[in-house]
Amino acid sequence: MELTADLLVNALVAGILLAGFYAAVSVGVGISFGMLDVVNIAHPAFVVLGAYVAFYANQRVGADPIVTALVLSPVFFLLGRVMYRVYYYSFEQRGQESLRGLAFFFGILFITEVGLILAFGVDYRFVNTSFNDVTWRIGFVDLPLRLVVPFVVSLAMMLGLHYYLSRTFFGRSVLAVAQDPLALQLMGVNPRRVKELAFALSLATAGVAGAFLIVIQPVQPALGREFIGLVFAITVLGGLGSIAGTMVGAGILGIAESFTATFFGPSWSPAVSFGLLLAALAFRPAGLLGR
Amino acid sequence: MKARWFSLIVFLVAILVAAITTATVTNDYFYTASFTVLQFVILATAWNILGGLTGYVNFGSAAFFSLGAYSSVVLFTLFKAPVFVSIAVGAAVAGLVGLGAGYLTLRLRGVFFAIATLALSEVLYTFVINWDFVGGSRGAYIILPDEAPLGFRNNTQYLFAVMALVTAFAISVARFIEISRLGRGLAAIRDDEIAAECAGIPTLRLKLISTTVSGALMGMSGATFPYFMQYVEPTSSFSLAYSVNSIAMPLIGGMHSWAGPVIGAILLGTVQQYVQVTVSSAWNLLIVGVMLVLFVTLAPNGIMGWVDAWRTRRSRS
Amino acid sequence: MNAGLLAVRGITKHFGGFYALEGVDFDVGEGERVGLIGPNGSGKSTLVNCITGTLSNDDGSILFNGRDLAGLPAHRRIRLGMARSFQIPRPFATMSVLDNLRIPLLYAAHTHGGKWRTDDEAADEAMGILKQMGLEAKADEMSGGLTQVDLRKLELARAIAARPRLLISDEAMAGLSSNEIDEILAILLAMKDMGIAVVMIEHIMRAVMHFSERVAVLVAGRKIADGNPEEVMRNPEVEKAYLGE
Repeated sequence: MELTADLLVNALVAGILLAGFYAAVSVGVGISFGMLDVVNIAHPAFVVLGAYVAFYANQRVGADPIVTALVLSPVFFLLGRVMYRVYYYSFEQRGQESLRGLAFFFGILFITEVGLILAFGVDYRFVNTSFNDVTWRIGFVDLPLRLVVPFVVSLAMMLGLHYYLSRTFFGRSVLAVAQDPLALQLMGVNPRRVKELAFALSLATAGVAGAFLIVIQPVQPALGREFIGLVFAITVLGGLGSIAGTMVGAGILGIAESFTATFFGPSWSPAVSFGLLLAALAFRPAGLLGR
Repeated sequence: MKARWFSLIVFLVAILVAAITTATVTNDYFYTASFTVLQFVILATAWNILGGLTGYVNFGSAAFFSLGAYSSVVLFTLFKAPVFVSIAVGAAVAGLVGLGAGYLTLRLRGVFFAIATLALSEVLYTFVINWDFVGGSRGAYIILPDEAPLGFRNNTQYLFAVMALVTAFAISVARFIEISRLGRGLAAIRDDEIAAECAGIPTLRLKLISTTVSGALMGMSGATFPYFMQYVEPTSSFSLAYSVNSIAMPLIGGMHSWAGPVIGAILLGTVQQYVQVTVSSAWNLLIVGVMLVLFVTLAPNGIMGWVDAWRTRRSRS
Repeated sequence: MNAGLLAVRGITKHFGGFYALEGVDFDVGEGERVGLIGPNGSGKSTLVNCITGTLSNDDGSILFNGRDLAGLPAHRRIRLGMARSFQIPRPFATMSVLDNLRIPLLYAAHTHGGKWRTDDEAADEAMGILKQMGLEAKADEMSGGLTQVDLRKLELARAIAARPRLLISDEAMAGLSSNEIDEILAILLAMKDMGIAVVMIEHIMRAVMHFSERVAVLVAGRKIADGNPEEVMRNPEVEKAYLGE
């Protein structure tokens, strides 16, 4: 394959656009794992669940996926609150969160995936949106709308979250709760409640990211597992608990995968994310922009 | 009971079971179902060495299983290797990968090891489906000669007997470790790794031994699979069912001794074989997942935990 | 003072921009009883962690019996003959009290022949230590369910079971009643007869004064005093550091 500027630039652009989506998928883990120290490996499964909900709404009432996601994020939020409560009372309180907490979330991941198989089957599903096949062109650069729209909305969501976490009282409580729960308690804030709401927030982002997913590509129930390496690679690379870091990590991964897909074929994507995760863990366990 | 005697008894039981069954039972389905249950006994036992005993979760049992399975494919395709050779090589390959994965991630927190094992599954799957020599996504056939070795009626029964021996070996290894100095060290790591290190335990070295042994045994479980089925393809060998069951079975049976995984595997494995033919395999997996979540939240010490609690209550009264 | 057992020079440890320890020197001689005091957050536990290897110091050197500990992981340092108890007890909760003690006896303490003990030898020695501490009645109890003072004793017993030459006791008396403090104090005082040097990190002044042959004071990551207990306590800087408490 010829190494033309055309090919390179398009791969780069596609990578950046993809990175927006990857950031949206990973920010939830950045919150639950990076800030709350809860290893919710089921997060990608909830992204896929969100995608299927968007698919269902699109199929039944022709709803735009992103609108569906925003409307349904309160439901995911509530689901997150329930999940955290179960997790907290079963594990964190008893100090057994490492092994059993992991097994718990793995079970949830599994149940979600199998549930989706039972409900929708294993075939790929996709949505029909107004902008599915539209591609903008600037010179020789392709900008497929199915990548651009999620990218823009992701960016908005990330900026919104960054603002929320760094400027509002609740947001800063979340950042504080990992570092000094006692101080937080002394200020009259219930750490458990802060964590619960933050975890619920992380799950809400999963729902929204799911809508992006089905806009970008067709989905099938097992897709969640392919994303786990990616999501944790981004979270670790970006520094646990930093929104800006998540965006940087997503950028690295998005561009790396885009180049791999362009020059070696798309089936090597899991290898890319896994490789980058291993490299990140081996050389920078604290991440690139972490505390 | 000394380790020697225990191993002897376990092997004798395995030989007896194999001998009696192959002499009396001819139903092919029985052998397939039993073979699968034995697979799970080995996987659950192997998982628990690293999980219940050392405290590190492996989400990628399917990967180690497949390393064994595909080592067999390679060896058989190249040399028509007999099953015992494949078992040894499968153990070595899977053990080495376990060692490597451990070396890269065990100096960090346990969660990174767990995530790495899950990602490992996905990546190995990608390699296998792109590797034509082992058949890629189409799968690979293993055509065994019609005559089964050692005078067994057919290959199915022969391999069932082999599997029984491998199972006995795995259980012996698990118990041997459990009652040894190594086992005490691993249990300390599980209970409090920092305190263990400060009590003189070389935690990294012991964790690496644990991962290697666990991986190797899982590889042995997978190595016989292609011989038995005479066919293997990536989707089934990397099936999440292996990974989930490896966790659910020790959890349900009890993670604190060698007996828990065996009980969990036999119970859950048998139930699954039954459910799979009456309902669908997807529902079967859903049930396993739900049981996993229920047990981990409500009964984390599993069946053996209940037994121990009942025994303590009895001795007190 | 006898030859230096532990020689710490210029230890510096920072977490990001926060300097927990800055250029700290600290010595312990054979069989010496040293008190280490300082306000909360002054770096005492960090110092212990750096000495035992749980944390790695950014700068400075640590010599134990003349041997440089740089790069040695914690378990190797323990095997060289040091032991520590944890401020918040960290028992091996699924094991009995006896089994808790077996661990260091099996892994930290070489016998005279340079070999490791057998399971039974370890059990016998563990019982001996438990008798010394008054814990032998609880030998088969689950360590997770012990009372606070028994947990502290178990922490110390486990440290002793490593057969150390140097024992660092990290706030073993915090939150205990007066009688319980005396029990712990008696255990630590008995270390001298076993030839074990003890570093006692404590806030309970009467215990520190009663126990120590020498007192060192850490404030905000720096050592501000080190010497005779009475003189140190009369040092105006030390008074200032504690006035706020």
